[in-house]
Amino acid sequence: MKQFYGVDLPNPLMLGTAQYPSPAILEQAFRASGAGVATVSLRREGAGGTGQAFWQMIADLDVLILPNTAGCHTVKEAVTTAHMAQEVFGTKWIKLEVIGHTDSLQPDVFALVEAARILTEDGFEVFPYTTEDLIVAERLLEAGCEVLMPWGAPIGSGRGLNNTYGLRAMRAEFSDIPLVVDAGIGLPSHAAAAMEMGYDAVLLNTAVARAGDPVAMAQAMMGAVNAGRMAHQADPIEARDMAEASTPVIGKAFLS
Amino acid sequence: MKIVLNGEQREVAATTLAELLPECGFSGRVATAVNEDFVPAGLRAGHALTDGDRVEVVAPMQGG
Repeated sequence: MKQFYGVDLPNPLMLGTAQYPSPAILEQAFRASGAGVATVSLRREGAGGTGQAFWQMIADLDVLILPNTAGCHTVKEAVTTAHMAQEVFGTKWIKLEVIGHTDSLQPDVFALVEAARILTEDGFEVFPYTTEDLIVAERLLEAGCEVLMPWGAPIGSGRGLNNTYGLRAMRAEFSDIPLVVDAGIGLPSHAAAAMEMGYDAVLLNTAVARAGDPVAMAQAMMGAVNAGRMAHQADPIEARDMAEASTPVIGKAFLS
Repeated sequence: MKIVLNGEQREVAATTLAELLPECGFSGRVATAVNEDFVPAGLRAGHALTDGDRVEVVAPMQGG
């Protein structure tokens, strides 16, 4: 498995921490699945220090922390949020989101490249939430990114991999770069498909958190990413249009 | 003085950002910004507040 800024992930599942029915179910989903990376965010601290209790629970999970800049729409907002996240979470990792379109939450890739350049110069290790556009990907790498995270489908949509052609092309073009399908996963089969293509990890949240049984779904997702990765490493056969008998024809008894 | 703290008008006695946090009940892992600019923890004591400042105090929260 490729390293992410010099770090080996324990497995290919990155799991979000939002939208679970309760903190206890969130914790169980992580423990039962073994997901090794947790995405987190920063929000205004409420009365009573609600953020501190959340942080204690996440810290006890002993997983890698990937803070995001979710909800940021400008370069300045994203860069400022990243600096605040670094101070609070004590990591150089930042999942860089710069949202460009309200309905689809499609990234503003122009602002994304600019923010990635600034943050890399500031010493961050940037995980950019991007599209499958190859030229944007090149620009992000030039800006200093060592990981790319193309979307599968709009955040929270559960549509799976909207553009398998584009994702395959990206995998082929950037064979040495750690690639993560981030967002849009709805089912374990979607996660497995991304891994079968040779993606290095999958980042998802809603598909687990909003499932009827998040703990079971988290485990299903872990099974799927591991199966998909093994399948990719096992060099799958090419699909073909016509049948090809698997049982040998030679030696068949003459019975008609 | 009057400031805007996390979007709400507040009358506070604190004169620096460092004094503001305990006065308003914040502790633990928080990050601060004043007038949309990040103020690192180490600079809070030297960051004087002025009337009308917009202060943001953020903490760890669930995210995807």
